[in-house]
Amino acid sequence: MKAHLTRRYIFSASHRLHSDEMSEEENRATYGKCNNPYGHGHNYTVEVTVSGPVDDQTGMVCNLVDLDGFVRSQILERYDHQNLNLLSEFAEQVPTTENLCIAIYEIVKRGFRKAHLEKIRIEETMMNSFEYSGENGRTTSG
Amino acid sequence: MVYLTRKAEFSASHFYHNPAFTLEENARIFGKCNNPNGHGHNYTLEVTVKGAVDPKSGFVVDLKQLKDVMSREVLDALDHRFLNKEVPEFLTRIPTTENLAVAIWQRLSPKLNAAQLHRVRVYETPDLFVDFFGEV
Repeated sequence: MKAHLTRRYIFSASHRLHSDEMSEEENRATYGKCNNPYGHGHNYTVEVTVSGPVDDQTGMVCNLVDLDGFVRSQILERYDHQNLNLLSEFAEQVPTTENLCIAIYEIVKRGFRKAHLEKIRIEETMMNSFEYSGENGRTTSG
Repeated sequence: MVYLTRKAEFSASHFYHNPAFTLEENARIFGKCNNPNGHGHNYTLEVTVKGAVDPKSGFVVDLKQLKDVMSREVLDALDHRFLNKEVPEFLTRIPTTENLAVAIWQRLSPKLNAAQLHRVRVYETPDLFVDFFGEV
């Protein structure tokens, strides 16, 4: 029996949406309030969905202690109470929640071996959320 | 195809223990959930069915029928129960959220004739839920 398990985590971070490839006017027109040069912050909720067969011996898709431990050390410690613009993955990418979804997906996909990663979903606020399942994440610019 | 989801809540107690494991293995694998006196949760159940909209009624499924099946097959059996001791499936299976979702699917699936069961989602807490789509 294959089941999907989803766990929610919260972290807080600041960011500023600004692209060096656009003029000041284009940045303001594209990103609006999010282009404020001093930045702003959110309480992000991250949903990590993994899947796999329900183990006969444990009744689990994966042990939550393993998932929690991985997410705490690799995701929450990296992003919580940080300015996203200063992190290496956002040196050349705008720290939109779309790009944050892809960055977190790649960290979990690369490092978590106890179950299959299905999806990362992030709520930036109660009113908007983003999902990434590993397909065609970015178009090439230019 | 239209999808319809109905929510319900139930409260139950459980603990995780596999008699094939040693006491130490049980404690290590299941942690706090291994306490043999049990602990409880307020579970939220979401049942999603799918089907074509009936042109006469405008329904995918008669909600009252769905509610009645959920009450009879799931809530009456699980609400305010000690899952390990009172629910037949969990005399031999560990009542994890994964196994709860599978058991609820197996209880509902043969009883829903008007619409097709699409997903059973069980929230153990607001921050942990399991989806089961009937995949073997």
